[in-house]
Amino acid sequence: MFTEEKKNSQIFQDSNHLSPTSELEVSELIKEAYKKKFPIDIHGSNSKKFIGYNVQAAKSLDFSNLSGVIEYLPEELYIKVKPGTLIKDIENILEKNNQELSFEPTDFGYLKDGKSNKGTAGGCVSCNFAGSRRFKVGSVRDFILGFRGVNGKGDIIKSGGTVVKNVTGYDLSKLVSGSFGTLVALTEVTLKISAKKPSQNTIIIYEKDPKIISDLFNMVLSSSNEISGAVFVPDEPKSKKFAPNKSKAFKLNDLDQEGDFFAFRIEGDQNSIKERIKDISNEMDLKNYKTSNLDIYQSDLFWKSINSLQLFSETKNNLLRAVVPPSKSEKMMSFLKNKYRYFIDWSGALFWIEVPGDQNIKEVKNTIIQNDGYVTIIKKSEDFEFTEKLFTIDDTKLMISKKIKESFDPRGLFNPGKMYKDF
Amino acid sequence: MSEIALPNVDRTIVSKKDIIVNNLKQFTDKKNVLSELDEIRPYETDALAAYKNLPLAVVLPENTQEVSEILKFCHRENIKVIPRGAGTGLSGGALPLNDAILLGLGKFNKILDIDFDNKCVVTQPGVTNLSITHAVKHKGYYYAPDPSSQLACSIGGNVAENSGGVHSLKYGTTTNNILGVEMVMMDGTICRIGGKTLDQEGYDLLGLICGSEGLLGVITEVTVKILKNPQTVKAALIGFPSIEDGGSCVTDIISNGITPAGMEIMDKALIDATEKFVHAGYPMDAEVLMIVELDGTKSEVEELFKQIKQIAEKNKSNSFKLSKNEKERLGFWSGRKAAFPACGAMAPDYYCMDGTIPRGKLSEILKEISRLSKKYNLGVANGFHAGDGNLHPLILFDGSNKEELRRTEEFGAEILKACVRMGGALSGEHGIGIEKRELMCEAFNDNDIQQQINIKMSLDEKNLLNPGKVYPILRKCAEEGRVHVHRGEEKFPDLPRF
Repeated sequence: MFTEEKKNSQIFQDSNHLSPTSELEVSELIKEAYKKKFPIDIHGSNSKKFIGYNVQAAKSLDFSNLSGVIEYLPEELYIKVKPGTLIKDIENILEKNNQELSFEPTDFGYLKDGKSNKGTAGGCVSCNFAGSRRFKVGSVRDFILGFRGVNGKGDIIKSGGTVVKNVTGYDLSKLVSGSFGTLVALTEVTLKISAKKPSQNTIIIYEKDPKIISDLFNMVLSSSNEISGAVFVPDEPKSKKFAPNKSKAFKLNDLDQEGDFFAFRIEGDQNSIKERIKDISNEMDLKNYKTSNLDIYQSDLFWKSINSLQLFSETKNNLLRAVVPPSKSEKMMSFLKNKYRYFIDWSGALFWIEVPGDQNIKEVKNTIIQNDGYVTIIKKSEDFEFTEKLFTIDDTKLMISKKIKESFDPRGLFNPGKMYKDF
Repeated sequence: MSEIALPNVDRTIVSKKDIIVNNLKQFTDKKNVLSELDEIRPYETDALAAYKNLPLAVVLPENTQEVSEILKFCHRENIKVIPRGAGTGLSGGALPLNDAILLGLGKFNKILDIDFDNKCVVTQPGVTNLSITHAVKHKGYYYAPDPSSQLACSIGGNVAENSGGVHSLKYGTTTNNILGVEMVMMDGTICRIGGKTLDQEGYDLLGLICGSEGLLGVITEVTVKILKNPQTVKAALIGFPSIEDGGSCVTDIISNGITPAGMEIMDKALIDATEKFVHAGYPMDAEVLMIVELDGTKSEVEELFKQIKQIAEKNKSNSFKLSKNEKERLGFWSGRKAAFPACGAMAPDYYCMDGTIPRGKLSEILKEISRLSKKYNLGVANGFHAGDGNLHPLILFDGSNKEELRRTEEFGAEILKACVRMGGALSGEHGIGIEKRELMCEAFNDNDIQQQINIKMSLDEKNLLNPGKVYPILRKCAEEGRVHVHRGEEKFPDLPRF
């Protein structure tokens, strides 16, 4: 045995919490795990650890020390980072060049403990949760140009690169996005970045009729005015089961917090924004509604609150994430009424629904599925009894997914049971 | 062109041709099974026409169930299957094999559902790319990816190759513009991935299938996103005195936060060829010509063109012409779009390459191509989707001269190797197919390729679906000595080499 290998074997033997600082170290540790058939809990900063099933693994591989920017080329519109790099730090670096991650990574920090925590780049890619611009610019998976990582045998592999157009073999960057660390231990990710728009405004429409809201969403999607966010936030149910959050989450001078509201965002230079708001006012007949306009500062705070789920800050209830075809939003609203606390994002296609008590989950899930959608139980209440599956998948896709899992991780060592009980 | 290694022909399968053909007739109408030489001849090649090979038989199923039955039969009987859309692919992805059934999706030619409420179209895979836009344009919508062959190429083929086009800088390629597919696996299993929702839960199988070049499944239905037409579209023609100036202008436009809908670069050879061919009014004093197209609101487009003009001037542009109307805008594009036939008029044959580079390497790669052009003594004209670094050099040659053929292929391979060296990729939108198969080792090592092959094996364990494509048959990495092969003994002889 080589000295280095001996050392890693010893490290592996001695500790259950491993925190590698190089790709080679990751590879050696996984080779050791493969040899000894040790399942591993792969994680970054644990900001999203509560999502999915608990991983049953004796060893944990913590990627938070494998961090830092490897290469940032603003003019080539990409940043290459190690997986433990904090999203917050990446955003700060990009900000200096007026650039951003335009997929708006969802911030799950408030949900967990009432403060912002966007986690790491590796975690962001592994979970694939994109924010309000999703319907316009795409999801996290659309912004991964390439990666390097280690498969379940300890082999270092790569896919993609740094260029946008790339058809050289299977697009594994897509596959690892949203795989919750079950396929590859990422050691490097290259993210496509975008220029930040110089300004933004948000128009609030005070309205609650499901038919009208659904029509407004449709108008957003049909508009050529490049609207980059559209949400509906109904009033909170007057029930003790929901700790009031709305007034705190949307505390802005020009937003009347009483009642339900629809909001949409326009980004660009000032003249273009003015021109588009004028055009949209005609398209949507805004003179018929009570409206208000959030300036750049308030607009920025508003969308931060939306994309960090502050409406559900520190909730003790279950939180469901449902994706439906946007035309189904009216039916969904009519079902949810004021029984549940929820809001709609992605211009009618994404519902975040807070459900107290296990017994209600079934009816909400059934409604989502009847409306051709899928659902993920993001946060579980303390008394969650696991009678409902956390992720939805049909049998054929489960069979295909299992085969793919085995092709990356033949011994099933990476995050076993995180997504499905079979693997 | 020159010979290329194909998987070994299974003589037992060939000897059972009549039985196989008769069996296939059980699964679809008899007229959909073609086996006579004059019937199958039209399928012997795709748009990489220099490579020709006859299939065992051609079958043209009419619905998903038939595809499933055919694949199930072929899986059971160990018969290889080559899926084919419209046959417009440029990398030989639909090249038949003598012991394989060619499965043509040409009869899947209907649009099934136009859903304006959900901004999508559900279509069969044989429908052409442009037909989708035609079907929705009356309400002001379009389908964004626009490969140059959009009049003829099928949407199923677009999924297989992850096709792009001139507007992919702003609107992405096929993978960013589809919502779902129905697919039949090699064992006949029918699978639906995605639908009318954004994103799918679990592994992104849609992302895996898109660009998989027909190796993982046969696409039988596609759901695509449609977009509203932009309010204003304008283009500018900008001339530059040198490659360096044009190249740095591309980088500066992007660095200034501008995302054009399209940004093309043509070199002097291509300007001359296209101007002679279509008289698009291109400035003849330019060494490099840029076409920049912007879309959005009127004021935004006007403001951004002001900025682009300043950036161009800073980069020593010697002409700047903004389109005054739609006719003029289309006129600007007419030359670029006539690049292929214009080159066809200049030489008996041309060979269209496809690679990508980081934008900042534009002048470097052009200089390298120019050096190689001298080295191989072959003419070349260059057109680039410059915004996304996708280059299409057109090498001019005479196909009747075998030695020139060989030089052309070597020249092409050297261009692609240079792309990889500069941090780019072997293919931007044409795919690997058979054309670039042996170059995969330039970009990937043995581990990378083995992982991809493991995925293929997990979904098609007998390697029956489109074998011999994408992955090196004899890993060139091994041939070139990067992997030690002792006395011809291959390492892991039991591993299949696709």
